[in-house]
Amino acid sequence: MTEKLHGFVEKMREKDAAWVADVVDALGEVTVTVPREHIVDACGFLRDEQGFDMLADLCGADRGPEEDPRFEVNYHLFSTMHHNRLRLKVLTSEDDANVPTVTGLWATADWHERETYDLVGVKFEGHPDLRRILLPSDFDGHALRKDYPLRGYEPYSLN
Amino acid sequence: MSTAVETVLPDIEAVDQPLETEMTLSMGPQHPSTHGVLRLDLRLDGELVTKAIPDIGYLHTGMEKLFEYKKYQQGIVITDRMDYLNPLGNNLAYVMAAEKLLQLEIPERAQVVRVLMCELQRIASHMVWLGTHCLDIGAMSVFFYCFRQREKILNLIEAASGGRMTPSYFRIGGLMMDLPAGFDRRVNQFLDDFPEALSTFDTLLTGNRIWQSRTKDIGYISKEDAISWGVTGPCLRASGVELDLRRHNPYTGYEIYDFDIPVETGGDVWARYLVRLRELTESYKIVRQAMERLKPGPIKADAPKVVLPDRDDMRKHMDSLIHHFLIVAEGFNVPPGEVYHAIEASKGELGVYMRSNGGPKPDRVHFRGPSFVNLSALPLMCEGEMIADVVAIIGSLDIVLGEIDR
Repeated sequence: MTEKLHGFVEKMREKDAAWVADVVDALGEVTVTVPREHIVDACGFLRDEQGFDMLADLCGADRGPEEDPRFEVNYHLFSTMHHNRLRLKVLTSEDDANVPTVTGLWATADWHERETYDLVGVKFEGHPDLRRILLPSDFDGHALRKDYPLRGYEPYSLN
Repeated sequence: MSTAVETVLPDIEAVDQPLETEMTLSMGPQHPSTHGVLRLDLRLDGELVTKAIPDIGYLHTGMEKLFEYKKYQQGIVITDRMDYLNPLGNNLAYVMAAEKLLQLEIPERAQVVRVLMCELQRIASHMVWLGTHCLDIGAMSVFFYCFRQREKILNLIEAASGGRMTPSYFRIGGLMMDLPAGFDRRVNQFLDDFPEALSTFDTLLTGNRIWQSRTKDIGYISKEDAISWGVTGPCLRASGVELDLRRHNPYTGYEIYDFDIPVETGGDVWARYLVRLRELTESYKIVRQAMERLKPGPIKADAPKVVLPDRDDMRKHMDSLIHHFLIVAEGFNVPPGEVYHAIEASKGELGVYMRSNGGPKPDRVHFRGPSFVNLSALPLMCEGEMIADVVAIIGSLDIVLGEIDR
């Protein structure tokens, strides 16, 4: 079922073996972990030469404060031509939560990256307008981090 | 008494220094044509829009955070409140992502009912789009005709699930309950009346010259731009891309239904109108086929640790009572893993990224809302247009802020 997707991963390997750090095949989906310094090149290759012309989704996730690397950014690529999906994953540590932007490849990455920055706190280097999108500009912290409490930092009080 | 009007001579200085034509207009967040709490920062040169900056976040409900604190089955009611015009679509995307993690097989009847209800919901969602889009542009009677049709569908959804706006009808592993007696008769009654309503909309709008002038060559987005901006659904198909996940990434058995994918190449408000209008006919066709495929059978997967047992079983078997108690009180454990499941919602690709670390609550749930992505392309469509056209463009995108500020 995922043989065709593995074909794309092989092509990535052929182009540059350093792009593919890890491959997971589970539940009919293939996830490729890409070192963050190669993510723009890998995305560009998949877009221009393998037909993954649409960035369907980009989202961040916090694995928890005890994990290292703590954050991950998931890129869900989709092809409007051959209709396959591929997930790329970039891992980044809390001390250096920076990932290069892919806004130069897909315009849609603009809002997705702003959302990820706003809620998870991962910064995207080279983003043209990296500011909060859903939360107010003076909001303290990043709400989707695991150590951010559900009710916020302010203690809940009826007074 | 003299009736002559006194002639006021123009102020020479004002003529020499023409009026300042550039201004900034803050449209929304309470403007009725922004379809919710959307604020648009518009830079105008006279009536021409030179720049449009959407400002979202006024509604932000923190639902993605909430998912992490709720058990899987409790998350379903949260999804209803995202795109509140298409709650069954949201239910479907969410439960299918969880079912993918659990690797559950869904019985055929449940699949057919899911298709049936989702297509009815798509028609209801498009009815709100058409009604409010017309209202934005100034055609009021269509709004009433559309809501009359939507009301009939909401009555059907209420009969099946008990809820009108928040049905939570789909459950992980199947349906909440089976369709009530006489449901097929009521659906057939609706189906018998609907073609006439469709023809009314067509007659009122498609040949209407005012409607055409307000929609043609406005809010243009090219095929390449639409793909780059991640635009999906009817907005993408109106730019000439034949992409429908029901056909190209089929789910819930859509591969066995016969329907066409309406495509237009105009890329403007008019094309988006035509695509959605023709989609109504296609959804109608799918509902008809689903009615024919509806055969008696189970509506829940054979997974006692995940799916709530029947009432009768609970009275007779201790095991069922224990399973019921455990599912309600503690939830069920989902194997570790991550999935991205996308469906063709009424507004475009609705994707759910769900990750489990093995417990009864998800580790991360992210919704890729089509309205969020489609709205991000709004500046591209608005710049260079007249301010009166901005409301037409927003209407043509069919946005719901519940899905944007989720």
